[in-house]
Amino acid sequence: MAMIKTVPKTIYHANSFCPGCGHGIVIRLIAEVLEELGHADDAICALAVGCSCLVNRSLAVDRLQCAHGRAAACAAGIKRTRPGNTVFTYQGDGDALSIGFSETVYAAMRNENITAIIVNNGVYGMTGGQASPATLIGQKTVTTVNGRGQDSGVPIDIIKQLSQFDSVAYLARGSLQDAANILKTKQYLKKAFEAQLACRGYSCVEILSPCPTNWHLQPVEAMKRIADEVTAVYPIGVFKEGKS
Amino acid sequence: MKKLMKGNVALAEAAIRAGCRMFAGYPITPQSEILEYLSSRMAEVGGQFVQTESELAGISMVMGAAACGQRAMTSSSGPGFTLKQEGISYLSSAELPAVIVDVMRYGIGLGDIILGQADYFQATRGGGHGGYCLPVLAPSSVQENADLVYRAFDVAEKYRTPVIVLSDAAIGQMCGAVELPPFRDHDIDQFDWTLKGRDEAHPNGRTMTDRMYYDFGYLEYDEHIRDRYNEMKEKEQAWEEWEAEDAEFLLVSYGISSRVCKEAVKLARAEGIRLGLIRPIAVWPFPQKAFDRFNGTVKGYLAVEMNAMGQMVEDVVLAARGKTPVYSMATGRVIADSEDVVRVVKDILAGKKEVF
Repeated sequence: MAMIKTVPKTIYHANSFCPGCGHGIVIRLIAEVLEELGHADDAICALAVGCSCLVNRSLAVDRLQCAHGRAAACAAGIKRTRPGNTVFTYQGDGDALSIGFSETVYAAMRNENITAIIVNNGVYGMTGGQASPATLIGQKTVTTVNGRGQDSGVPIDIIKQLSQFDSVAYLARGSLQDAANILKTKQYLKKAFEAQLACRGYSCVEILSPCPTNWHLQPVEAMKRIADEVTAVYPIGVFKEGKS
Repeated sequence: MKKLMKGNVALAEAAIRAGCRMFAGYPITPQSEILEYLSSRMAEVGGQFVQTESELAGISMVMGAAACGQRAMTSSSGPGFTLKQEGISYLSSAELPAVIVDVMRYGIGLGDIILGQADYFQATRGGGHGGYCLPVLAPSSVQENADLVYRAFDVAEKYRTPVIVLSDAAIGQMCGAVELPPFRDHDIDQFDWTLKGRDEAHPNGRTMTDRMYYDFGYLEYDEHIRDRYNEMKEKEQAWEEWEAEDAEFLLVSYGISSRVCKEAVKLARAEGIRLGLIRPIAVWPFPQKAFDRFNGTVKGYLAVEMNAMGQMVEDVVLAARGKTPVYSMATGRVIADSEDVVRVVKDILAGKKEVF
């Protein structure tokens, strides 16, 4: 039987990410979930700085380009103005966990009714692969040429940070390492948006994603690295799920 | 009916009446009354108030609301105003309307909470990166604190630009009689460009980012920026002339210092010196048109302001176009004294003071 592959209409143009990059998968999952929930037309995205900027050229929802790290604060301003719209951030780990750590955490602290989507590939991709707060110990980058050591800190676990707030609605960490995990990640995204649609408050999905270019690995090897090394530091699963 | 109100509170209430329904701010003296007042007032009119974790978050929340068509405002002072600059540059690049209040204090770095006019450069030169400009309105009374913030929202929407209300600690903290402007409704859906979810006209969603990327050709953007700011320069100059018509010498001053200068004009005229005042109400665009009327005909301009080195005086030099000598009286941390102003004018007329 022939299989017809269709692109969701919420993807309006082929993305321009590097070969093997995970961002293209994530934005497709977002597009599929928004369409399945019937909320692609009312979605508004607060877009981070970095590779996330490229989402502007693919994802067919209203988008606001935010300053580096401030997407969660912008998203709060959007949602508080238009509570009937579906509002989400799209950020990398450098944006959400480093320069925007404060905005990320305080959006959860205030239980803003938004969905934060944080794509964690452990490096600053757009600027050439510098170490991020999520870089693993021992991982070599252009700013940790001998491997990240303890003197430059330890990988930060944002889901653990956000778990301190009892009021938040939904927290999960998914991975793009294989088809099964991609489908699981899609379910996490769906749950997160459903929490927002039910006005249950803040939701966040962190997604472990490959950056073959800056990891200096082939795409398949990059996926294997997530399974073998990254998930050992960043466990995947649902960490908070309130009543629906 | 006039009410007796503190300057900061009058400003905050006027913002509500202008239709502002999002305020996000952070405590800092001497602007905190704006934050405090709106913390309860905003809920009464169904608006959104957030005391944010930082000024960076505050201006970003304002940007999110502004992108959706809301009349949004934040306020700060000194060091906090510095942190607002990131967002102001972004608002300028996306061409979004918003109102930012700087209740100026004195000094560099932490500086001091006392009154001053130390942020003129930062407000009028595009205090953030990239070379933008934006309208800057400078109230000199409690009444103008209310009137100019009310006007600021209209100017912001007219040009799709952030607008700064450059108040100061003295105006913000003093009490005065104020006639509050009427309540206005603001419809967040009145503009097509605001984020509201994709529609038939925008099937791929609206792209609200630095307008340089998607809205102009590579070589068209600079032209657009020049046209945009030149239009504001032409249309948004605003000033008050005080006993200027027959003046032989003109003071130039805004905000709290201009009040002292009005007294100085009175004192000088009692002594037979035909002194007058140009008071910029918008300090950007600077009121070039006012100066063009007097350049070459008056004996000089004396810029009176509360900072250490003189800041506005540089704009006066530009406005004088080399036709009239310009002098500086920067009174630093001390509010100008009207008798001192007259004394300096006499020194200038006697040839005893260097030009700036």
